[in-house]
Amino acid sequence: MRPMTIAGLAVLGLLIVLPFGLKGYGIYILSLWIVYSIAAMGLNLTLGYAGQVSLAQAAFLGIGAYTTALLMKAGYPFFVGFGLSAGICFGVGLILGYPALRVQHHFLAFVTLGFNALVWLVFRNEEWLTGGTYGLMGFSRPSFFGVSTNNPVVFYFFSLALFLLLAFVLWWIVRSPWGRAFQALRENPIRANSLGVDVRRMTLLAFAIGSAYGGMAGSLFAPLVEFIDPQSFMLDTSLMLLLMVIVGGSGHFFGPILGALLVILLPEWLRFTEGLYLIIYASLVIVLLAVCPSGLLGLYERTAAAVRARSSDRRESAGGSAP
Amino acid sequence: MNSASGNVLRVRGISKSFGGVHAVNDVSFDVQEGEVLGLIGPNGSGKSTLFDCILGQLTPDTGEVYVGGEAVAGKRPCDLNKLGIARTFQMLQVFPEMTVLENIILAGQEHHGGMLSRLFGKRDAGLTEEADEMIAFFRLSHLRDQRAGSLSYGQQKLLDVAMAFMAGPRLVMLDEPAGGVNLTMLESLKEHLKVFNEERGATFVVIEHNMEFVMALCSRILVLSNGAIIAEGTPEEIRNDPDVIEAYLGA
Ligand SMILES: Nc1ncnc2c1ncn2[C@@H]1O[C@H](COP(=O)(O)OP(=O)(O)OP(=O)(O)O)[C@@H](O)[C@H]1O
Ligand SMILES: [Mg+2]
Repeated sequence: MRPMTIAGLAVLGLLIVLPFGLKGYGIYILSLWIVYSIAAMGLNLTLGYAGQVSLAQAAFLGIGAYTTALLMKAGYPFFVGFGLSAGICFGVGLILGYPALRVQHHFLAFVTLGFNALVWLVFRNEEWLTGGTYGLMGFSRPSFFGVSTNNPVVFYFFSLALFLLLAFVLWWIVRSPWGRAFQALRENPIRANSLGVDVRRMTLLAFAIGSAYGGMAGSLFAPLVEFIDPQSFMLDTSLMLLLMVIVGGSGHFFGPILGALLVILLPEWLRFTEGLYLIIYASLVIVLLAVCPSGLLGLYERTAAAVRARSSDRRESAGGSAP
Repeated sequence: MNSASGNVLRVRGISKSFGGVHAVNDVSFDVQEGEVLGLIGPNGSGKSTLFDCILGQLTPDTGEVYVGGEAVAGKRPCDLNKLGIARTFQMLQVFPEMTVLENIILAGQEHHGGMLSRLFGKRDAGLTEEADEMIAFFRLSHLRDQRAGSLSYGQQKLLDVAMAFMAGPRLVMLDEPAGGVNLTMLESLKEHLKVFNEERGATFVVIEHNMEFVMALCSRILVLSNGAIIAEGTPEEIRNDPDVIEAYLGA
């Protein structure tokens, strides 16, 4: 087995036994990590693979959360909310993709930032629907086949299962010719266009799929926290998701998952420093990004390549005839 | 349509200006099936702009372009590529983060199957073998799994041309393929073009400043000066045309 496969299985094993050794809050944090990972994975497709800057992922998290909460309050089963969240966010993401056909980079960042602000205003102001600043509560966690996910461990495994499914789907997409077309879009859209890549369609799809992941994450977020209000979906959440993608390694499949782990766990670990926590946290992020702008997985990849090069040098100089 | 048989491409009355600069001025010509057409002219004579107008990269102010008899006004570069026309740009353009193999597969994949089969079908769109052949044809096999960005300039230039070959076997339009390529590579590039032209029946339009390259390769040459065609003929005729000599010396 390749080392990556072994590492993957080990992590999976850990994820399965871990909740049994944790208290309620630990399980909650773990579940939160899974939910944010889904949203960050989506953003990684839009930004990391396809190169389209988006500061609106929190808006999609919110749309998914409110959609699911409202539908569950109205008595619909969870998966109706989940499916609808994905569908709505796919559609809205498609529309948000249109500006990206005209503007790029920092201009696009501002367009998507404006969109995030707009959605947040709707959450806050349309009290009849969203409860305004009071938010929404009173929707229960879903149950399947008579098993309620009210138990945090059960909900955790439920999230984990959905996460694995969504990760597989995304993995499939990025390894397919679509993934190559997305990457071409990031590296050189003009050349890609001349080689037959429908740049317009792929740009819109990159937004739509990434946003749908945001929506599905939001759909899990609502029953996890059991109370949602507009504050959870402000620009700072979008920035946090962006940080997850970049710290982990934008354009690397596991980057956002690792990034989400750090961004969520670090504050918990730094809790003992009390008032200093934010300063330490910010400094760590700055140092990390200064040392490896391509994120943790970028750093890992570079180191691994260097080690491989050195060992193959050694083999050659030793007169070996390795292929 | 009255597509004269054997015309892959017809260009009629293309003009394009940038502000006050008439980069291309009422240019018309045909490209016949199977020929290697040279497009030469002094710097700034509008050659690259003409390519961009033909291929949907720029919208011409006036004029029409027909591919196989069909008017292609308003079509995007990717649509034109799907009609079997591929190109290179004057500025080298490969995908530096992708490997040589991935670059070549990308160039071919959009011509295989539909949108959905590219998602659910084979990972490489069934192109690895074909791509490997193309890579071997350009003698890049030893670099197959290297990042394109790590190749030398000349190697990247070959890769760039190889991608165009992969993406449009019907008509290939090359903007200065020989620029920055050393003599041995130049010879092999010439060979590649010849083989592709003679054995696979591909048609070429080549912009080039290297006269030896153009004279050796092209069956017919167009000369552009100040955005207009001032001469057309065989390499022999062009070499001795006083207008052409004048345009080059007077430029
Ligand atoms: N995007 C642009 N904006 C303004 N002017 C342009 C633009 N592109 C080209 N031009 C002008 O159009 C004219 C023709 O340029 P073009 O690049 O087509 O020439 P060329 O024949 O390809 O030259 P070279 O042999 O140097 O590549 C030049 O005067 C150039 O300055
Ligand atoms: Mg030019």
